[in-house]
Amino acid sequence: MTEHILRMSGITKTFPGVKALQDVNLSVRRGEIHAICGENGAGKSTLMKVLSGVYPHGDYEGEIFFEGERCEFGGIRDSEHAGIVIIHQELALSPQLSIAENIFLGNERAKRGFIDWNRTNYEAAELMKRVGLRENPTTPISDIGVGKQQLVEIAKALSKEVRLLILDEPTAALNDDDSAHLLDLLRGLRDEGITCVIISHKLNEVTAIADAVTIIRDGRTIETLDMAADAVTEDRIISGMVGRALDNRFPPHEPTIGEEALRVEDWTVYSPSQPDRKVVDSAALTLRRGEIVGLAGLMGAGRTELAMSLFGRTYGVRISGKVFKDGKPVEIRNVQDAINHGLAYASEDRKRYGLNLIEDIKRNISAAGLRGLARRGWVNENEEYRIAEEFHRSMNIKAPSVNSVVGQLSGGNQQKVVLSKWIMTEPDVLILDEPTRGIDVGAKYEIYTIINQLADQGKAVLVISSELPELLGLCDRIYTLSEGRITGEVPRQEATQESLMHLMTKGQE
Amino acid sequence: MSSITPADVQVGATGDGGAPRRPGRVSLGGISLNLRSSGIYIAFAAIVVLFSVLTDGALLTPQNISNIIVQNSYVLILAIGMILIIIAGHIDLSVGSVVAVTGALAAVLMVNMGWPWPLALLATLAAGALIGAWQGYWIAYFGIPAFIVTLAGMLLFRALTLTVLGNQGIGPFPDQVRTLANGFTDGYLGNVGLGLLGGADLFSLLIGVVAIAGMFTALWRTRNARKGYGQSVEPMALFVLKAAAGAALILFLVVQLARFKNLPWVLVLLAVLVLAYSLMANRTVFGRQIYAIGGNLQAAVMSGVKVKSVVFWIFVNMGVLAAVAGIIFAGRLNQAGPTAGNSFELDAIAAAFIGGAAVQGGVGKVVGAITGGLIMAVINNGMSLIGSPSERVMLVKGIVLLAAVAFDVWTKRRAGAAR
Repeated sequence: MTEHILRMSGITKTFPGVKALQDVNLSVRRGEIHAICGENGAGKSTLMKVLSGVYPHGDYEGEIFFEGERCEFGGIRDSEHAGIVIIHQELALSPQLSIAENIFLGNERAKRGFIDWNRTNYEAAELMKRVGLRENPTTPISDIGVGKQQLVEIAKALSKEVRLLILDEPTAALNDDDSAHLLDLLRGLRDEGITCVIISHKLNEVTAIADAVTIIRDGRTIETLDMAADAVTEDRIISGMVGRALDNRFPPHEPTIGEEALRVEDWTVYSPSQPDRKVVDSAALTLRRGEIVGLAGLMGAGRTELAMSLFGRTYGVRISGKVFKDGKPVEIRNVQDAINHGLAYASEDRKRYGLNLIEDIKRNISAAGLRGLARRGWVNENEEYRIAEEFHRSMNIKAPSVNSVVGQLSGGNQQKVVLSKWIMTEPDVLILDEPTRGIDVGAKYEIYTIINQLADQGKAVLVISSELPELLGLCDRIYTLSEGRITGEVPRQEATQESLMHLMTKGQE
Repeated sequence: MSSITPADVQVGATGDGGAPRRPGRVSLGGISLNLRSSGIYIAFAAIVVLFSVLTDGALLTPQNISNIIVQNSYVLILAIGMILIIIAGHIDLSVGSVVAVTGALAAVLMVNMGWPWPLALLATLAAGALIGAWQGYWIAYFGIPAFIVTLAGMLLFRALTLTVLGNQGIGPFPDQVRTLANGFTDGYLGNVGLGLLGGADLFSLLIGVVAIAGMFTALWRTRNARKGYGQSVEPMALFVLKAAAGAALILFLVVQLARFKNLPWVLVLLAVLVLAYSLMANRTVFGRQIYAIGGNLQAAVMSGVKVKSVVFWIFVNMGVLAAVAGIIFAGRLNQAGPTAGNSFELDAIAAAFIGGAAVQGGVGKVVGAITGGLIMAVINNGMSLIGSPSERVMLVKGIVLLAAVAFDVWTKRRAGAAR
């Protein structure tokens, strides 16, 4: 028996072109709750995927010791067999099956190939008692709320005789009561001897529950703090998460700020899957011509939801609030309305929402502004080619011709195609959601230059980003969003990573 | 899987000729060929040559060419509507039954109720549109998968046919309708006397010459417009070669037909439809939106495409084309029967997929679907000419369909692996 139940040392994981993890070390003591903190994209989830075998042995460098033994997991089954269970943020439950069936999914209580229903439901009930879930084991998953579904996941983990439980953002989708219950449950499990690793953005929860915290930044371990010995505060964690120097990665820019272009007041959006949960809560913001405005928020804060609900109600239900374009109230019911009012939205997930990957560059560029190329419904294909070729040159899209299929381009070049598409609609307001996600450094600089040019042309730009240095380097003004509410509005001169992070992690009072 | 992106799309290749090595592409004497998009035409040519040899040339005799066109026209018309639906990522299983019910309606209006034929024709087309609107509503606005809605439609409209016809056929149709389905253009200008063209109809030949001239002009103007915009165009020699091949094909077809009974009216109709729908699919906003929806539904929504409306209208369009096919089929048999259109939907779907449509949607061409339909038609016809039993014909058609789609999936997978 060793003091450490888990030791990961020298973990390096490379994706094509990117080092996601670099020499990461993680030691978790037996029977503790160990938090992992870091910005979005710092490498937390990648590390957990390495641990749980999603990236099999050989796919990464470094060593994993679990219970003192060297582990070479080939897949999730291997790690579960060893007693490591990971619960992802998006729950992996089958909504039509009952609680009991879900608990024993893939691990059925059966006798000679036939399900033993009495045993299934009896044992499920026992597990449900352990996690404090008061429901009938035969209730379908779709009939219980997300908080209870989370408990089902934990019960499922317990059924596999878990020794190390990993929870990825377990409270991100929960309300306060459910979160409190979950945290109590984790303390109870710790007392039963189950070690927990929890990834969380909610630093108040981390300081309340964790025994130790490891901070990861840019794919490296920064430090591991013992909560009791080091008297760790939220501030202490934040300085570890953001302690990164701003370097010369941004083109210089002198803004010329003009009239107000878009104003949003009292914007409230409810989640379509949980109709009583506010995803955006009375948000208000103003964008002016020539100005680049940042929107900072951690995962689950409601950034994309705010943007998509504004852009033709493409997300959310029971949307309420007022939108003013150039000072006049406007009603935006669908994407076509949004485009007509001069709005453009480039999604954070360009492969899913931005591009037709099997189509060529020119047709992707013209997809949103096709009507501008058409007379009486007929598209002028030569004009389409000419405009595409113009963007090909001006945006420096690296492809042999505008007839190249978009699916074959690199991330940076795909993003340039998406930007071209929206610039072609001649918008006044551009909302760019994670415009540099998955893009290498050189292409990032080009994208920043394009954004600056757009502002210089008198357009209002709202940049949503997980990378605080990016917002600080690019934006003239930054809003912070936490749990659906705008928690701050800071001019660039006054903003620091620490001050933003404080506002971004500000919980409900 | 992984997206090593990078340099395989580097600059260095110019235009389409001499394109970089890409999967599914072969290079023949400097002319690079996209196998995935042009393989179907090569396959068609090969099949025609094969059966010409096997039948000692009987396949390409004037009368047989005419037969192939007339006998398959309705499936080809259905294939035009079907390919649009498949490009959008949907399917329509009901077209066979819609052919039957619209044929029955036309018969009731013309024969039993004595409506003038043009009016009855319009009423039937309107009924087809209504049927399409019914199915389009459930699919686009109510959100039921097209497979289910049109499976229900297949039963509903067959039931309706049987109710209307009461288990027996209605006929005969007015002469004009029969001519449209089965007839030929008149020899307005007499025949050519002697020589190679011995006995050929002058009017048909003139139409052929006009068609070729039209094709040349259109190609030439497109080429010049592209050059005017500074786009790279294929070398002159290749352009002339392609145009000459097209002209030869049209000329051969027209001459053969002119030596038999002139041009079938359905061929004229079909030519107009193919041209119109090809232009619609490629050159109109509506057509482009069909591809956008099939290629990436969510991206289409986020680009402002009114997806529901587009899907609704392609089903309305399918209904109208099914009504056209229904009238032609009934007119050809001179009777609307209760079993009309049985399994036409399968032929139309097979034509679309053999013609290069992708199972996931977003890919396909009207001309491809027509070629796919013709491949099946030539196999049918050629095999029956050499006396193959029908079960063997079915076997071969099944294998061809599977092979065509397997080829599509294979080239796509290779393209994916190369990335």
